[in-house]
Amino acid sequence: MSGAAVAAQPAPVPGNPLSRYALRLGDLPLILGQRLGEWVGHAPVLEEDLGLANIALDLIGQARLLLTYAGEVEGAGRTEDDLAFLRDPSDYLNPTLVEQPNGDFGETIVRQVLIDAFQLTLYERLTSSADERIAAIAAKAVKETRYHLRYSSSWLVRLGDGTLESHARVQSSLERLWRYTVELFEEDDLDRDMTARGVAPRLADLRAAWSTRIDEILAEATLARPRELPYSWFGKRGEHSEHFGYILSDMQYLQRAHPGARW
Amino acid sequence: MSATSPIAQRSQAPGACPTTPDADARIAAAWNALTGVEDPEIPALNIVELGIVRFAEVRPDGVLGVGLSPTYTGCPATEYIEALVRDALDAAHVSPFAITRVLQPAWSSDWISEEGRRKLADYGIVPPPAAASLGRRANSSPIACPRCRSTDTECTSQFGSTPCKSLHRCRDCLEPFECFKCI
Repeated sequence: MSGAAVAAQPAPVPGNPLSRYALRLGDLPLILGQRLGEWVGHAPVLEEDLGLANIALDLIGQARLLLTYAGEVEGAGRTEDDLAFLRDPSDYLNPTLVEQPNGDFGETIVRQVLIDAFQLTLYERLTSSADERIAAIAAKAVKETRYHLRYSSSWLVRLGDGTLESHARVQSSLERLWRYTVELFEEDDLDRDMTARGVAPRLADLRAAWSTRIDEILAEATLARPRELPYSWFGKRGEHSEHFGYILSDMQYLQRAHPGARW
Repeated sequence: MSATSPIAQRSQAPGACPTTPDADARIAAAWNALTGVEDPEIPALNIVELGIVRFAEVRPDGVLGVGLSPTYTGCPATEYIEALVRDALDAAHVSPFAITRVLQPAWSSDWISEEGRRKLADYGIVPPPAAASLGRRANSSPIACPRCRSTDTECTSQFGSTPCKSLHRCRDCLEPFECFKCI
């Protein structure tokens, strides 16, 4: 059998691929929203405290819709709360980038620009997904994400094209976080299966659109695009960085200590 | 009124049902009830003026269906508004009813009614710019201060006290104000 023929046929994905894909879409905003929530009460000024908290709120809202759908498709009776609070680390499918620590305000902004540009590019295409529910959620989320990118990119321009100190700090954050962007466009069997069914766009196609957006922002911010590294992390397969367990211990503490607690 | 006391109701003959209003009357009563529900975060507006009520219709099974669209996916008021709607429909005696959350088409600030826009402005919140561009940069058209009408204003934050508003400051009267975002 020729290699080309094998590549054209996506390998079967075990379990419920659509549920898993919805989890992958939903875990990104869930974990990023949790991270941004750490800024509440700690941001440099009140306006940014509100800004980051509002973005976190949108992200948690998107996560709720996607996790609810993942639970419905799975058909095992798991709710959005079960999925958000009662899974083990290797069952979370967010990209490694969103679990990276907040760092200083500049590093949070760099992470946000990289992921906002990715989410915007992804949601724009998911609005025409063959899966109606995912298309509807994307149509809602894409509008919010435009505001997120507007916020994060305007801050990156101010910091990058600001003082020598702010420029140096965001450039170094960019170098530190860039390595985690490779994963965003690395296709695996689940991505290929979803693309073959018309549910998801090809990640390779997203890369060019994302790059154009990022290059335009970096140019305006007078920042240099870091060089590509061959190595890729795979949080989206459940292989997380060392920071992930700490997020879960914080996020899951209440439901683990008091199962079923409500307020 | 003694006739409405629980005891009086219980003393009715078994099998006597209150008159069932016809579908049109139920729908009219439902809309009337819905216009009585204020947005909990912007009490100047009711939810019909806000444009989040997608439909109120009687389904073939006799259930009155009401569709609501969230303004933002993470808006904490979404569930609270649903609870308020449930209470209002209960009080309007239009049962049985079912509330559905409608995602598509996604709610747009263009759906705020003319009356709603006027009320927002009177309340001190600049109504959303209609069908503005949603590019990466903020809208270039100047936003007028709701107090002194000066257009010499600046945006201080894309996010205000709620996700649906941005924060601004007037350089003439120096007052801060909020603008309902175009989405």
